[in-house]
Amino acid sequence: MAAEVYNKLTMLRWASPVMLLLLAIPVGIGLLMVLLPAFGFMPAIGGYEFTLAHWRDLFGVPGIVRSILLSLLAGIVTPAIALAVVFLFMASASATGLDRWVRRFVSPLLAIPHAAAAFGLVFMIAPAGLLARLISPDLTGWDRPADLLIVNDSYGLAMIAGLVIKEIPFLLLVAITVLPQLNPAQRVSMARSLGYGPSVAWLKMVAPGLYPLMRLPLVAVIAFASANVDVALILGPTLPPTLSVRLLGWFGDPDLSMRFMAAAAALLQLGVSLLAVVSWLLGEKMVSKFYRLWVRSGNRLGGDSAIFFLGRTLLPAALVVIGGSMLALFLSSFSLSWRFPHALPASWTVQHWVDAIPGMGTPVFNTLIIAAVSTTIALVLVVGSLEFEQRSDRKQSSAMWLLYLPLLMPQVVFLFGMVVFAEFFYWQPNLWLVIFGHLLFVVPYVFLVLSEAYRRLDPHWSQLAAALGASPSKTFWRIRIPLLLAPALSAMAMGIAISASIFLPTQLLGAGRIATVTTEAIALASGGSRSTIATWALLQSLLPMLGFLVALFVPKILWRNRIGMQEG
Amino acid sequence: MGVREHILELQDVCITLNRQAIVEINRTIKAGEVLTVMGPSGSGKTSLLAYIAGFLGSAFQASGRIVIDGKDVSELPAEQRKAGLLFQDPMLFPHLSVGENLRFGIPQGDTNKQELVMCSLQEIGLAGYADRDPGTLSGGQAARVALMRLLLSRPRVVLLDEPFSKLDATLRSEIRLQVFERLRKAGLPTILVTHDAADAVAANGQVFQI
Repeated sequence: MAAEVYNKLTMLRWASPVMLLLLAIPVGIGLLMVLLPAFGFMPAIGGYEFTLAHWRDLFGVPGIVRSILLSLLAGIVTPAIALAVVFLFMASASATGLDRWVRRFVSPLLAIPHAAAAFGLVFMIAPAGLLARLISPDLTGWDRPADLLIVNDSYGLAMIAGLVIKEIPFLLLVAITVLPQLNPAQRVSMARSLGYGPSVAWLKMVAPGLYPLMRLPLVAVIAFASANVDVALILGPTLPPTLSVRLLGWFGDPDLSMRFMAAAAALLQLGVSLLAVVSWLLGEKMVSKFYRLWVRSGNRLGGDSAIFFLGRTLLPAALVVIGGSMLALFLSSFSLSWRFPHALPASWTVQHWVDAIPGMGTPVFNTLIIAAVSTTIALVLVVGSLEFEQRSDRKQSSAMWLLYLPLLMPQVVFLFGMVVFAEFFYWQPNLWLVIFGHLLFVVPYVFLVLSEAYRRLDPHWSQLAAALGASPSKTFWRIRIPLLLAPALSAMAMGIAISASIFLPTQLLGAGRIATVTTEAIALASGGSRSTIATWALLQSLLPMLGFLVALFVPKILWRNRIGMQEG
Repeated sequence: MGVREHILELQDVCITLNRQAIVEINRTIKAGEVLTVMGPSGSGKTSLLAYIAGFLGSAFQASGRIVIDGKDVSELPAEQRKAGLLFQDPMLFPHLSVGENLRFGIPQGDTNKQELVMCSLQEIGLAGYADRDPGTLSGGQAARVALMRLLLSRPRVVLLDEPFSKLDATLRSEIRLQVFERLRKAGLPTILVTHDAADAVAANGQVFQI
């Protein structure tokens, strides 16, 4: 039987290897191709021999140590704060009304692009931002914007804040997805019956089981935070900027010989990100020692009310900040005159949007086409490999972690190498190269969203369909796809959101020649007017938001007469 | 529905898990007969059904032959075996209407599908329910639709996996009688897996204890 059935699965059985190779090979090549120019070898621009000269140049650059430290700091502090906020929230609010309310907002918040959230934060916390306006002049006495360096501060605190508010929804979504495996309600009730306070019970009984399941996503957060470019460009320090921003600058320098130093810096960036991960893992060992002592201490109520208070304020506060940031963008994009310290614009206009329309065509078109093509390819690959897993009754392959490779490596490093590779063969930057680059990031997120739902679908449905004589493909189209429509649409929305919001793959593989809404918005960071920036940042969040609205409402409308299809 | 006599033979069937035999059975079930399989949970009752239906998990190994109407089907994929299934829950496809559920199993070649659906709904006292959402049916109604869907797919054998265990006591004996009567009338060899001794009595056939 086996042989016969597997023959029919030939097409499907390739989905998962193709997907893994598609992701792992470019990352591998990318890393390799950074290595060569970093040591002087890159014939295309005249580097024929290996040398350490570019490393000497790199370490001779003023402020390089500070740039390294900034990247390292962001890489460690961001996940630490985001994780603490998420765990405190889950400890204090699990299975409450607040919890359900917050869950509803996780995906749409996740859909807001990093750049848009960063711009929003600027409009919120800057000296002339919404926050200062709300409390001025009554509380502050300011009747003109204070001369404070709040954004672009030299320690990168604003940048870390921007990263934290975006990573909180991500970590929360990951935690919510894996939590059911742990039977949290049962563990908490057990501990409470032994006299533990509810929040302490969660932290002592559920958190230690949850943390290991989140380690991989945390490494992704570390890799992203230590090497991010878009948030750093908008909120990060300028004198000097982070290592990633500087290396991007050298990479884009018209003087091609700067490429060598940029490659060395990329390799250094990889080292810095690795160092951040290693420090995290060492820190984890230390913290877990103390944590275990606390768990074992038998202390049942100590700190319960403090945890309760912090947990229920910090995470909602972060969500309010994101919401407020979006509001600030919205107000700015429609304001005609808005003098400090007025909380609202004195007069309104749609002129900023009207002005932006002529320039929107190409970027919006590019964004949509790249998002649509990369998400479609990703869905086909992910559904194909999950369907093969189902039909062949095989366990998840141990190679599946390779899928997350593009998220675990600093983007700027392997994308850099991919560009070098393309140049090696004199490939011109083009749309397909950009789409391919997007695929590297869209596939893992689509898989993340869809795989749990796919595997958790009751196998009885397909067995029943087969017993009724339905072929595997009839079962797939008539039963499995409709039953999984909601998660499949969520996965699609996630793919579109990721594609619409990523900056580096478009910028690097398109060599700045393929404009998307995101690249345009970020290009405005230096030099655009406030209202123009706000308009583009909102436009940037609008596209992913549309995807999530479709994912939310299409199943509701389609299944309005089907009680069994409505989610609890 | 044309009544054709079917026969199911389990020839030296042996299912093993981790090199340990969990089920060994050698029986013949004639048309309209019910073989009741009883045993504690985890004893491999459901694995036996899965093996016959063609869904045995890759963790298990099986040997022996499943012969339906004189033809060895052990190597056939599930959808070609024509082994109808009923589970604990009626499992009506929640995204399809009652009528579409019934239609789903009717073999491709049939031209009078619509008529068949209407007639069978009438037969189970649910005339006019074709467009209804299966989620709005009562437990008894859903159980009858599930049985009718199975019969319309013209199975050659029927496998029942504790199909009455979730029904309440009064409904249980009523549905049980209906199911056995229809399967008997349709001349289908049936295997019933259950915990409930009353099921075995009602089935009134051979009993196999694991």
